[in-house]
Amino acid sequence: MLHERRVTRSVVGALALSAAMFVSAPRTATAQESADPIKLTLHDWTGQLITTEIMGEVLKKAGYSVEYVQADYLAQFAGLETGDLHVAMEMWETTGRDAMDASTATGKTEVFGPTGMQAKEEWWFPEYMKEKCPGLPNWEALKDEKCAEAFSTAETAPKGRYLGGPVTWGGFDDERVESLSLPFEVVHAGTDAALFAELESAYQRKAPIMLWIYAPHWAPAKYKGEWVAFPEYTKECYGDPKWGSNTDAAYDCGKPHGEIWKVGWVGVKDKWPGAYKAIKAFSLSNDEMGAMITEVDLNGKKVSEVVTEWMGKNEPRWSEWIKK
Amino acid sequence: MSAPAHASLTSPREGFSAFTPSAMAWLIALAAFVVLWQFGEPLAKWAFDYPKTWQIPAQRWIGDAMKWLLNDARFGLFTFTELTRFIAAIIDLPYRAVLSLLATGFLSGQGSSAVQILPPLSWIAVVGIVAMMGFYAGGRRLALLAGGCFLFLAMFGQWTSAMVTLASILVAVPIGVAGGLALGLAAYRWPRFEVALTPLLDLMQTIPVFAYLVPILFLFGFGPTAAIVATLIYAMPPMTRITILALRSVPSEVHDLGRMIGCTRRQMTWRVLVPSAKDSLMVGVNQVIMLSLNMVIIASMIGAGGLGFDVLAALRRLDIGAGLEAGLAIVALAVALDRLSQAFAAKAGTAARAERPAGIVARAPYTVGALALVAATFAIGLALPAVQTYPEVLQISTGTFFSRVVEWINVNFFDAFEALKNAVLLNILVPFKRLLAGLPWLGVVALLAFAGWRLGGLRLAALTGALSFLIAATGQWEKATVTVYLCGISVVIASLIGIPIAILVADRERLWRWVQAIIDTLQTLPSFVYLMPAVMLFRVGDFTAMIAVVAFAIAPAIRYTVLGLQKVDPRTIEAGRAMGCTPRQLLTKIRLKLALPEIMLGLNQTIMFALSMLVITALVGTRDLGQEVYIALTKADTGRGIVAGLAIAFIAIIADRLIAAGAARTRARLGLA
Repeated sequence: MLHERRVTRSVVGALALSAAMFVSAPRTATAQESADPIKLTLHDWTGQLITTEIMGEVLKKAGYSVEYVQADYLAQFAGLETGDLHVAMEMWETTGRDAMDASTATGKTEVFGPTGMQAKEEWWFPEYMKEKCPGLPNWEALKDEKCAEAFSTAETAPKGRYLGGPVTWGGFDDERVESLSLPFEVVHAGTDAALFAELESAYQRKAPIMLWIYAPHWAPAKYKGEWVAFPEYTKECYGDPKWGSNTDAAYDCGKPHGEIWKVGWVGVKDKWPGAYKAIKAFSLSNDEMGAMITEVDLNGKKVSEVVTEWMGKNEPRWSEWIKK
Repeated sequence: MSAPAHASLTSPREGFSAFTPSAMAWLIALAAFVVLWQFGEPLAKWAFDYPKTWQIPAQRWIGDAMKWLLNDARFGLFTFTELTRFIAAIIDLPYRAVLSLLATGFLSGQGSSAVQILPPLSWIAVVGIVAMMGFYAGGRRLALLAGGCFLFLAMFGQWTSAMVTLASILVAVPIGVAGGLALGLAAYRWPRFEVALTPLLDLMQTIPVFAYLVPILFLFGFGPTAAIVATLIYAMPPMTRITILALRSVPSEVHDLGRMIGCTRRQMTWRVLVPSAKDSLMVGVNQVIMLSLNMVIIASMIGAGGLGFDVLAALRRLDIGAGLEAGLAIVALAVALDRLSQAFAAKAGTAARAERPAGIVARAPYTVGALALVAATFAIGLALPAVQTYPEVLQISTGTFFSRVVEWINVNFFDAFEALKNAVLLNILVPFKRLLAGLPWLGVVALLAFAGWRLGGLRLAALTGALSFLIAATGQWEKATVTVYLCGISVVIASLIGIPIAILVADRERLWRWVQAIIDTLQTLPSFVYLMPAVMLFRVGDFTAMIAVVAFAIAPAIRYTVLGLQKVDPRTIEAGRAMGCTPRQLLTKIRLKLALPEIMLGLNQTIMFALSMLVITALVGTRDLGQEVYIALTKADTGRGIVAGLAIAFIAIIADRLIAAGAARTRARLGLA
């Protein structure tokens, strides 16, 4: 093995010389911009892969060198702060705000503005549950004890069971149950994979379930169901106990819609000024994203196919982002 | 210790009838504990809930120390971070080379503007080389097995990911082996170094990686190198331990021989000691390989990519089949590397041929063959792409098959599972959890110190007492009891299932081989793969977590019990049979008793394995120390993560030391030492 590797390397050396003469140099960006690759992070959910790859392909069209790096959603901040990584395309208000604030406070990362997509998240139930609890989606139906019992399991009966997101997502569901006096018990899933595993299981059996679902995601496209209609969120609802139906407690309303932010290393601005402008300009709508996620996760297309398709259809839009 | 004191521990009948001082001491200690537990609460509230004002602010201290290390620590000319970045750059060089060779090809330029100037090794070449290595080391069977494992990777469309994973393993393993060997040699030569090293090794093995992931990322940069460093921290300790052990057990005649022929110190080490310890050292190599593969999932979270990333991504979209395929690809890699390294070890043990035939082909047929294969497939691959990369049309996949299997089980058997789960939960798990949560920390600390004193003397007492006190003093007590509850129950269940299986298969060679394959799979298959189906069938919660822990921790329970039973001297069994023992008596009175030290070691390893699963079970919503580590990671709170990680390590060390002391006494009593 060792011997063989040494041989290959010398071959490579020889070839590299000749290759340099024949292969046309890659298109380079304007003079003051760095030719180093811009590193975009990939996480483990489809929507984020699509967002990132669209951004990456657009940057490539503008002549930048792009590298995709697989990274954990929260652990990536360590890399963004040191400049090992450069851009994270989806940082959800709802799940990443704490980590994002902690990171931008160091002055080594900055927010590149919203992606245009809005994270919707709320209590969600499959459509077949309407039979057992006809008042839904109005939240007041959940106050009915019979209705709540329809959502119960052996461990929570007679209270209903609500499967919330991982503890780290926050969301104030324990407080919400309290202040709206819903006969429900909040159980936390450890990861969102576990969250959807439970939904899939219940849906297959047409069994009762009430859980935290967010969008853009494939789940609302795959499973028929609705979000519970809580009183609309306002800032005062979370901050001021007097607001809303319960005058003694806050959180007597639904969850806020959250922005999905773009974040990155603070040095991007100086190293690749054009790319910085393009990343800031990047914007997609929820509907576009929902449709693309469905294509990939439910219809089995590849992320790259879907991205190429989008690029073909939206050329005027993305060429605007990279206009000099 | 007097002899009757030993007897009282293991055979209570004798102990109680005689009321030895030792039994009396235990009775008094337990009685005092129960009194405190039952009646102490109104009198001394602080003995139950550790008062907040007394807490040691360890989280802040550690957090600040980390900040200093990352930002300000200097060695004169350069900072600590610059040093670690330099190390990272050095590790990166061989990694890039291997990665280019196996996966990406040799590139000129960076990122997307890079141009490939030479493709990576073709899949046929890699499969062929692996098969040749198998044939060289272990004959046709091993060639088929190793080649088959790699062919599996190509056929299931896992090739590129698998090669990325293989690249990081091929870099991590030699560094881990060399580093472990060096540390082991140093510890062997300087006993003081060993004293300092041993607790460090314990911590390296038991603190969950999530706890120190963030500082590692800052120090070594985000990417495969940081993943390799994290892998090394986790995989190196067994190599070090085995090195120390192996060098110690080199027979004194060999030492004498070395001295007689006038070896220098260096010759003594490299020409005499290391070669004669080679067999044991290869066991260490094997462990490094296995543990490195264990880290694949976590490594993928910090930029290593590869199979671990595929597993995570597949399970996020609940594609159970795809997750399982990627998981089994990790198993295939593990099996191939494990069997190859074992075969090379066995071969290295036999004497080399003396005569050397002339001509390069005859002298090195395998190297020449491999080079020829590489060259041929490269040339043909230029014209015929299928030779270079495995054609997509020939790939097979289980598709939705496994998803449908789980669905079928779910639809038809969920109610039965639910009933079983509720029964276990309500009758065993919940009562035990409540019991542990109600115990006074002061009493538990005192009892652990007492147990340490009885089993191993004052030093052990000081250790167990101090460590358990620190858990309480850093405010981790409540979560620690949940941890002990979850792991304790899982360990009991794993032993209850594992030990009977081991007894069943210990003297049935063929069956044992099958069981071995299953436990190897359980040990290397990322637990995420079976965790999600378990959630579908059992919902999130402690029961699901328990299943995952048991599935992982059962392997050592079986393995070590079998080892112990097989090691029992056949002459002893023969003597027992001659005396007219029934098979049952043979088992309970002779074989199990003599295998007890190994079974104890197995128990120890079962506990370690169970504790190392905690971080994974945090993903299904437990509320233990593992969850604390996970939350700390998501909040980038280094101090909090390390404090919780240390608490896990302390639990592991307490269990380890107590069991080791107990096993040593048993061994002494049975005359095996």
